Amino acid sequence: MNIIVVGLSHKTASVEIREKVAFSPNSIEQPLKALLMLEGIVEGVIVSTCNRVEIYATTRDIAGGIGRIRRFLADWHHLPFDLIEPHLYSYHGETAIRHVFRVASSLDSMVVGEPQILGQIKTSYGYAAEYGTSGVILNRFLHKAFSVAKRVRTETRIASSAVSVSFAAVELARKIFDSLSDKTVLLIGAGEMCELAARHFLTNGAKGVLVTNRTFAKAQRLAEEFAGEAIPFEELFDHLHKADIILTSTGAPHCIVAPKDLKPVIQRRRMKPMFFIDIAVPRDIDPAVNDLDAVYLYDLDDLQQVVAANLEGRRQEAEKAEAIIAEEIIQFHKWVATLEVTPTIVALRRQFDHLRHAELARTLVAWKDAPPDAEKRLEALTAALVNKILHHPTVALKKGGQGNRTDLYLDALRALFDLETPAPVDDDAADTEE
Amino acid sequence: MMIQISFYLTMALYGITTLLYLACLLRAAPCWAVAARRLLIAGFLTHCLATIHRYIAAGHLPITNMHESLSFFALSLVAAYLYFEFRFKVSTLGSFVMPVALLMIIGSSTFPQALRPLNPALESAWIYSHTILAFGAYAFFTIACGVAAMYLIQSHFLKKKQLGPLFKKLPSLDTLDEIGYRCLSFGFPLLTLAIITGAIWAAQAWGSYWSWDPKETWSLITWFVFAALLHGRLTTGWRGRRAAWLTVAGFLIMLFTFIGVNLWIPGLHSYN
Repeated sequence: MNIIVVGLSHKTASVEIREKVAFSPNSIEQPLKALLMLEGIVEGVIVSTCNRVEIYATTRDIAGGIGRIRRFLADWHHLPFDLIEPHLYSYHGETAIRHVFRVASSLDSMVVGEPQILGQIKTSYGYAAEYGTSGVILNRFLHKAFSVAKRVRTETRIASSAVSVSFAAVELARKIFDSLSDKTVLLIGAGEMCELAARHFLTNGAKGVLVTNRTFAKAQRLAEEFAGEAIPFEELFDHLHKADIILTSTGAPHCIVAPKDLKPVIQRRRMKPMFFIDIAVPRDIDPAVNDLDAVYLYDLDDLQQVVAANLEGRRQEAEKAEAIIAEEIIQFHKWVATLEVTPTIVALRRQFDHLRHAELARTLVAWKDAPPDAEKRLEALTAALVNKILHHPTVALKKGGQGNRTDLYLDALRALFDLETPAPVDDDAADTEE
Repeated sequence: MMIQISFYLTMALYGITTLLYLACLLRAAPCWAVAARRLLIAGFLTHCLATIHRYIAAGHLPITNMHESLSFFALSLVAAYLYFEFRFKVSTLGSFVMPVALLMIIGSSTFPQALRPLNPALESAWIYSHTILAFGAYAFFTIACGVAAMYLIQSHFLKKKQLGPLFKKLPSLDTLDEIGYRCLSFGFPLLTLAIITGAIWAAQAWGSYWSWDPKETWSLITWFVFAALLHGRLTTGWRGRRAAWLTVAGFLIMLFTFIGVNLWIPGLHSYN
């Protein structure tokens, strides 16, 4: 049995292509079922996120299976095959296993180490399990991928650092405020980066947003978008004390906040810390405010330095992660390779014959006054017995031919009769909590 | 003999724990902190055992000489620390508090350990309330000092934008502020009560509530420093680096009240 992967990702396709082949999670049942109708495809899982669309499947016919799934991706979405063909990648065997382990561990993500992808794969797998399109191999394969991802996460620090300016800002805020849940964010001025950062603070639990702008209408529009409150620019210093995190990006040619402006604000806040993030160039906040006891000021350069350092750290951690994955692939690949009918029957026979001969020899040695034809008779008897016992399972396995059930039988046989299976893949780390 | 075995076992356990906590600050593996905590609990139990043994052998609370009181200080400190570690889940605090506990117990071992009968003047039920309250206050103020040190380090990193591994390990400023405040709000009432019960006891034992004995004077100074700190906090929200520095200063004064006065200034409280 072989694991195959077909798909496209942010590395091979632009967003225009990706959105065309994306599957909606609300109607994933039909494509999953259709996938299994393809000739030679035994099991299937469809992973569809904004950065990648991938199909994991098992088949005995690697080339045919891959070809049909590639076509399927185009046909299902009524796209000309030529449109998506150059963006598709396909893997089988070890490279397929490696690919999925890397994706689940977030090594293949646009932002390496970002945590969402694992959850997305888990959800996709959940659909496949619900609609019965994943079987013994993909079940174990994806659980293994989850446990590998977990290992990567706990044994390396790949996910421990922020690699975008807004993430870095949130991370820093967490070192000042601990929980952001009762903190208010103030946006001074507009700007894409500023809005993005504000949004990050909100998704990370910030309580509310205040917005101010020289053009009040703009402030109102933004406030509406964030379900926050707009403040007239002239009243900034009357409201500043409410804000714990202040994001600024005005086009002002000079500083709009100086240390002397902040002293009364700090007093009013009972010296609770304030975190200023100045994304504007030229800067909006006088750098001297950083010397005030309760004020922490970071400008764009500072944040970018944090990001650069984190990126460097992640690169080093990614190497460790690759080593972990390499180790896990070997184990898993061995297991998949054992799920073949003929070698299993051969192994089963060999196991029985081995036992038969051992017992035969023991009996004959202990049998003092055995008649001359004893050996021959016992030989015939035991051989017939073994043949009879193995007859039915052998037929069932051969007749089972393709399909989900055969893999189940093969796996069970290998386990029950202790056929030289490599150390079984451990499922203990396959629990699904983060 | 048993007392000594458990005492030195405690010392060894505190030593290993301290090393583990310090290693945690430098190394990445979080499992070390778990190991440190388990060993610390073991150390705490043997320490309790040693103290109870000594209590039974001496027939009174073992806090009447330098050996005993330094050991008792370490015991109170570890108990208070364990509370904060479980309550706030900040194992980095151990790296700042455990060295103090270790120094105390090592210091304790350098003083004569012989059991001595209690000075008859001190025989009173007040010995329990007065001293336990005082040691409780000392323990909380020591932790407050550790937290203040962490606050100063962390805010230094944030101000100077040095965001290294140590920065990532230390908790947030708000958490430190919260723990520090909690220490003060536990420690201060304890100190106040310790001074009051001490005065009542003094009236019974020495015939006067307040005799400006050096220990009394210095406890009053300690009390004023922490009173100022708490007052500032409650009125104008005093916190941050200046408050942290004052906490450190308060701790040093407290340390002098506890040890320095006994060793260098003769007075009613010097029993050695």
